[in-house]
Amino acid sequence: MARFVLSRLVLLLLGLLVASALIFFTLRLLSGDVAQVIAGTQGTPAQIAAIRQNLGLDRPLIVQYGSWLGGIAHGDLGTSLVTGSSVTSQLTQKLTVTLPLAGLSLVIGLVLGIPLGVLSALKRRSFSGTAISVVAQAFAAVPAVWGGMILIAVFAVAIRIFPTQGYPSDGWAEPGQALKSLLLPALTIGVIEGAVILRFTRSATLGAVSEDYVRTAAAKGMTRTRAVITHGLPNVMLSVVSVLGVQLAALLVGAVLVEQLFALPGVGRMLVSDVGVRDLTKVQGELLALTGLVLVLGFLVDSIHRAVDPRLREPGE
Amino acid sequence: MSSSAKAGAPRRRTWFTELLRRPAGVAAACWILLLLVSAIVSSFWTPLDPFDTDPYSAWKTPSLQHLFGTDGIGRDVFSYVFAATRTTVIVAILAGLLASAVGIGLSALGSLTARWIRESTAVLIDILIAFPTILIAMLLASILGGSLGVVIAAVGIGFGVNIARVSRSEIRRVSRTDYVLAARASGVGPGGVLVRHLLPNVAPTFVVQLSLAMASSILAEAGLSYLGYGASASTASWGRLLNDLQVYIAIHPGSVLWPGLAITLTVLAFNLLGDALREASDPRLRSSGPSDASAVRTSPPAATVSGELRVTDDVSTRGEPS
Repeated sequence: MARFVLSRLVLLLLGLLVASALIFFTLRLLSGDVAQVIAGTQGTPAQIAAIRQNLGLDRPLIVQYGSWLGGIAHGDLGTSLVTGSSVTSQLTQKLTVTLPLAGLSLVIGLVLGIPLGVLSALKRRSFSGTAISVVAQAFAAVPAVWGGMILIAVFAVAIRIFPTQGYPSDGWAEPGQALKSLLLPALTIGVIEGAVILRFTRSATLGAVSEDYVRTAAAKGMTRTRAVITHGLPNVMLSVVSVLGVQLAALLVGAVLVEQLFALPGVGRMLVSDVGVRDLTKVQGELLALTGLVLVLGFLVDSIHRAVDPRLREPGE
Repeated sequence: MSSSAKAGAPRRRTWFTELLRRPAGVAAACWILLLLVSAIVSSFWTPLDPFDTDPYSAWKTPSLQHLFGTDGIGRDVFSYVFAATRTTVIVAILAGLLASAVGIGLSALGSLTARWIRESTAVLIDILIAFPTILIAMLLASILGGSLGVVIAAVGIGFGVNIARVSRSEIRRVSRTDYVLAARASGVGPGGVLVRHLLPNVAPTFVVQLSLAMASSILAEAGLSYLGYGASASTASWGRLLNDLQVYIAIHPGSVLWPGLAITLTVLAFNLLGDALREASDPRLRSSGPSDASAVRTSPPAATVSGELRVTDDVSTRGEPS
């Protein structure tokens, strides 16, 4: 176990390094001259030279990358090219919206997806089982933005209990208000992700139904449903955990779109507007934070999966 | 089992006739065909000019003249949605081609080369898979500005890595089977093994992944065009239309129905086609007849003991006893 976590940790660090290099060098090499980008079309050569010197852009690329990495090690992602404020502090503030949004979405997705997925597999020959599976298939194809618009249409016109736009300006000072603002966006992502989790749970449960251990338990007098739930479910859950890493990435991407739609001040919305104004230092910080989050969560999911799945243990563990 | 008893006739069926036996697959294929025809027709003709604005005919309800009604600036929504099929089809085809190229390249590099290249490619694939497509697109858009080219590049790279991951483990799996070993032992060279055994075995997985890549490219195009980093204002796009209509959602909620429905049905069609192709092309997943429920074992465990995952590959309703 320790050996696995250690080697997985090395992969995580390597992943963060590769991610940072890809983001940094893609931005620098493709953009040509960052100073020119900042100065705009009206910048004089003297202004551009001054900007270049100011930001240390006259140093070799690899040195710039090194100093960016060095900053990250101290939790410093640099300053915004447009506003001059600290990227780290803005990022941590926006994460207080994006992380709860993703977490709430995940909870909604799991609560919907797992029980319904098991149910639709157990009832696969009846109408309800087929109906659940068909609806899930359709929901998994819904674009998050459209799903959110339908929720806004319903809740802004018909039932006015949840806010459909914005977020309390004092954030989590009033947890009830903040949670209320996050509910519809989280429902949007959660239902779509839930449909994906449902289909996966269903397929894993169908696999469990025909396993030998279920047949044996059934032969010894258990009902098939009970056998699947007592003996099959742990295996089904392991399969679900194993895809959770990929689903978490999908949740964060969903957050980028949904934050824009519901006007939530999260990392996704900030990224969208920073891309618009070409604030390259902020964009690179935000992209690194989001991919870093996906990588770290993937590491945690893999480690948990390894810890709880006895089939993955090495002999002698 | 009974499947071997009937082996003669059913085995002869090609994957295409197998596909035609699946209603969901046929419906999906028909929708995609319709989309393709719309894309071609709309390049030459649309009922009305999709960009023709007319303040006097804003927010018309659906009628014979305006099948889907009109939007806030009087554009005919049907003509716009119809014209946008062209954007969708172009993006899906180009993104699919690029994803295939990236996928095949990486998986060949990750399975058939010297050990150190193989292993480092595998690590690279594992790392790149953490980059969500939308973020790759944002990275490119922050420098190049938003365009359909950025969407295609992002999906091609993002989903290409997905294809590489799935087909790499598939190539590795097949290359360690007994029949490949036997072929090698009887003197077939590596090229022969690749052409005769590896590629035919990987092809079904690959085709399925391609279908999913296209589904994902449509979602990505819609999402990015919605954000303003996809199709330009002069290009009809379902995602862009959603963005245009968003402001009026509380007053004219019905207007977003059409572009959203078009995206959902198209993504659904590619997902269903992927599922149907997987079942149709893989003899192991074919049930030997509609009445024979016990012939096939249902889906294999998602995570194999070695911890390798076939992530997108396993979210399916495959091989289910009918």
